[in-house]
Amino acid sequence: MTAQPFGTLKGFAVTFRQMFKKPLTQQYPEYKRPLYPRFRGRHRLHVHENGLEKCVGCSLCAAACPADCIRVVADENTADNRVSAGERYARIYEINLSRCIFCGYCELACPFDAITLGNEFELSEYSRDDLIYTKDMLLAEPIKRVPIQDPALFDTPLPAYRTDS
Amino acid sequence: MSALFLAATTEPWWISLIKAAIIINIVLVTFAYLTLAERKIMGRMQLRYGPNRAGPFGLLQPIADLVKLVRKESFFPAAAIDVLYIFSPFIAAFAALSTFSVIPWGPGWHIGGYYVTGYVANVPIALILIFAVGSIGIYGFIVGGWSSDSKYALLGSMRTCAQLVSYEVSLALSVLGVVIMSRSLSLVDIVDRQYHEWWYLPYAVPQFVGFVVFMLAGTAETARAPFDLPEAEQELVAGYHTEYGGMRFGLFTMAEYINLITLSGLAVTLFLGGWHIPGPWLQAYGPIWFLLKLGALIFVFIWMRATLPRLRYDQLMRFGWKVLLPVATLNAVITAIVVVAV
Repeated sequence: MTAQPFGTLKGFAVTFRQMFKKPLTQQYPEYKRPLYPRFRGRHRLHVHENGLEKCVGCSLCAAACPADCIRVVADENTADNRVSAGERYARIYEINLSRCIFCGYCELACPFDAITLGNEFELSEYSRDDLIYTKDMLLAEPIKRVPIQDPALFDTPLPAYRTDS
Repeated sequence: MSALFLAATTEPWWISLIKAAIIINIVLVTFAYLTLAERKIMGRMQLRYGPNRAGPFGLLQPIADLVKLVRKESFFPAAAIDVLYIFSPFIAAFAALSTFSVIPWGPGWHIGGYYVTGYVANVPIALILIFAVGSIGIYGFIVGGWSSDSKYALLGSMRTCAQLVSYEVSLALSVLGVVIMSRSLSLVDIVDRQYHEWWYLPYAVPQFVGFVVFMLAGTAETARAPFDLPEAEQELVAGYHTEYGGMRFGLFTMAEYINLITLSGLAVTLFLGGWHIPGPWLQAYGPIWFLLKLGALIFVFIWMRATLPRLRYDQLMRFGWKVLLPVATLNAVITAIVVVAV
């Protein structure tokens, strides 16, 4: 510790030197920092390879949701209208993303790995209504906006529901 | 002969009016870009960029801020005393702007047959006038906090009041040395004597202690870090302007920043030789030297804000009354003794 007036002067020197260093700021919209592979962003619904939906409308995700933002209305599969692989399918599947807290309990609760949390976080909308994501929005391939870190760089393994689906 | 003399020295009223308009606009533009410069410089000192989105290098940021403030709803506490509540920002801003009129910024020029002086008004008691008008500006802060009918604003205005009153004493005493040395209260005379009597040396050299006390008391007077207790934004809601929003809040902020500019201008005038530079050359470019010195001093204020942590309230009062005031008094007394003895 330096004596008082000299300590203060040293402080002034430090702030002056800082001015000529390159700022650490990452200029966000131009530069997007790669996300970690296990980042929990916007939800996705998945389909089997034969085109049938994995979701069977069991509502376990809605039951597990602490923010109560998932709404599932199930319906029976029929022979001429087969949507999912199971007995029933989700006729309505909505997530209110303005309420979602991105905890990931829905993907843990799902017995068929039908819902996972993806990497998208740029979810701003001008209206709250636009933040209610319907089934076709969740099924659609999301627009890739943000780069993702190479998973090989991290020693934590990806969870099974990430690698399988 | 006398008519010629009058034509050469006095100027018609409309020239003063034009000069006042120019000065006010320059001060307002300086204020607008001072906010930007402060954010940019402090950003750099904290390894950030500062505002850089509005326009090239963020140069339109002050305009964006202004548009935002003007367009905000002028809300109003239900129990506020409306006349005082509305007018106190105006008082603060008016007092801040009007003090700049007595600060000289150039040698004077012959333009189109008229002699245009380098100041708006040469008042024989300019220094007293500045302190008097500055004290009227304090009423804006006090009355604004009181009339909002909010305990936060009231306590904030009391705090502001106590701080400004305490440091005003040291501020006034610190310039006493300059007044004794120059034997004048007119800022035009003070600048003149500094240049002619001291081998081009500014008063900051013989009055170094007074200069330091002036800068410290001035920082407290303009409520800037490390003396920004009136609105310690990390600790408190805000100060006297808790209940203000939109352009009324903007006017208070403007008053504070313009007080800073005026104070820097006063420091330049009293201690740094005003619009003169040392030496016999290039004195005709007075406004440029004045603005350069002003910019340098303002940079010091910003630098101080980015460096020093805020004082505690008891430290503030102790520093004001037990350090600055005795030092300023001693400085004035010693200057008086030396001036009389020599």
